[in-house]
Amino acid sequence: MSLRDGPLGEIKPPLIWLAGVALIAAMALGVGLFVTDGQRGQTFAGLRRAADSLASPAGAVLSAPVRWTGDIVGDIGDYLRAGSQNRDLRAELAAARTWRDQAVALRHENERLRGLLGIATAPAMPMISADTVLDARGPFSNSRLADAGADQGITEGNPVLSEHGLVGRITGVGGRVSRVMLLTDVESRLPVLLVRTNGRAILTGDGGPNPALAYLRTHDALREGDRVLTSGDGGVAPRGLPVGTAVRGFGGVWRVALDADAAPIDFVRVLIFKDFSQLAQPADLAPRELPSTATEAPEAPVTLVPAPSPAAKAPAP
Amino acid sequence: MSPLVWLGVPAIASLAASLILATPIRVAGLQAPEPVFALVPAFAWAMARPSIFPPIVLVGLGLALDLLWGGPLGLWPTCLLGAYALVFAARRILSGQDVLGLFAWYAAACATAMTVGLALMSLRAGHVPSLFGAAAQFAVTLVLYPFAWRLIERYEASEIRYR
Repeated sequence: MSLRDGPLGEIKPPLIWLAGVALIAAMALGVGLFVTDGQRGQTFAGLRRAADSLASPAGAVLSAPVRWTGDIVGDIGDYLRAGSQNRDLRAELAAARTWRDQAVALRHENERLRGLLGIATAPAMPMISADTVLDARGPFSNSRLADAGADQGITEGNPVLSEHGLVGRITGVGGRVSRVMLLTDVESRLPVLLVRTNGRAILTGDGGPNPALAYLRTHDALREGDRVLTSGDGGVAPRGLPVGTAVRGFGGVWRVALDADAAPIDFVRVLIFKDFSQLAQPADLAPRELPSTATEAPEAPVTLVPAPSPAAKAPAP
Repeated sequence: MSPLVWLGVPAIASLAASLILATPIRVAGLQAPEPVFALVPAFAWAMARPSIFPPIVLVGLGLALDLLWGGPLGLWPTCLLGAYALVFAARRILSGQDVLGLFAWYAAACATAMTVGLALMSLRAGHVPSLFGAAAQFAVTLVLYPFAWRLIERYEASEIRYR
C-alpha cells in the first residue's frame, strides 16, 4: 500500500505552510553557505574559478563597447583641450628637467653609498599586464576580474598595480582569468608605511572609496597629504609600492585617498611577487647543518664549567 | 503562465542586467552605480502567490550574484531571502495597496536586504562596512521600483495566484 492510499494521503498542508517551510530551508542553506565559506577564494575555489572563467568572456564582450566609447570621448576631449594641454605639458616638462638632473645626481650618490655599505638591491620583479573586464563596486564586495591568470604565471596573493599605484591583490586564479580584491573591499587588509613619520598602520577597506588607517603607530602626528606606501610587513607586498595620501575622514578617522583612483582602472599590472624569499639569493636561504649542541657533561650546570685553557687543547705527545 | 516563465524570465533578466552593469562603466568620470536588480523579482514573487519555488530560485540567483561580484558565498541569497520573507509575511496587508503604499513596502524590503548584508559582513570582517556605500546601493535600487510594479501588474493580469 502506498503512502498516498493510507490515512496520511488525506493530509494536505496549506500551500502557504509549504512555502514557509521552503523559505526557512532556503534561508538555512544561505546562512550555512555563508558560514562555511571561509577566507574568500579558498573555499569553493573550483566553483569560483569556473564562474570567473564563464563571466570573463562575457565581460570582455560587454566592456568592449564601453571601452571604445570611452576612447572616442577621450580623443574628442583631447582634441578640444589640445591648446591648454600643450601649455601645461611645456610647464611640466620644464619642471621635470630640473627634477631629472637632481634624480641623476642622487642616483649616482645612492649607488656609491650602497656600494660602500654593501647593500644588495632587490632584483627586478616580472609583471603581467591585463585588462579588467568586470567590476564589482557594491558596499559588500569590491573586486575586479582581470583577463590574465595561471597560464601567465599569476598566483594568489600577487599585488596588482595600475599606472598610478597599488590597486589590490589576487584572490582567485583561473587559467586565463583572475579575481582582484581591491584595497577598498571590506575584507582587504594591507600593512602600510607612513613615509614622513616612518609610522606603521594597517590599511583597512570598508567598501567606501577611502580605506581607513587602523592600528596606527607613529611618533609624530599624521598630517593631511602624508605619503603612504606598502611597508612590506608580513610579506603581503614588497616594500615601497605607492598606495596614496593620508586624509582625515568623518569623525577624525585617518583614511587614504588612493593613488589608483586618479584614473580608471582599465589596465592593471600584476606583480609576480611570492614572498621575501624571492628577493634573496636561494643559496643563502638553503638549510645548513648546524654544529652539534651536545656537551661532554650535559647534566653539569653551564655557569660552573671552566673555560678550557689553551694547554688543555694541545694534542698529547 | 508556467513557473518557468513567471520565475525564470525575471531571474534571467535581473542576472543579465547585473552582468551588464558589472562592466567598468564610467559616467562623467564617475563609476556607474550598482543596483541590486534581483530585489525586483524577490519583491514581486512574494506578492504574487505563496509557492515553494521562489525561495529556491532566490538562492540560485543570490549565489550567481556572489560569484559575479566576488563576494562570500551565501551573502546575497540570505539578503534576498530576508527581503522576500518580510514581504511574504506581510502579503495580506500589501494586497490592495496603491503605487505609493507598495513603494514604501518595496523600500522596506530593500532596507531589510541591506541591513542583513551589513550585519553579515560586519560579523565576518570584524568592522561595519561603509554605511555610505550601503545607502548609495539602497538608493539606486529604489529607482528600480517601476520594474517591480510592472511585474506585479503582469502577475495580476495573468492570474497566476489562482493556478
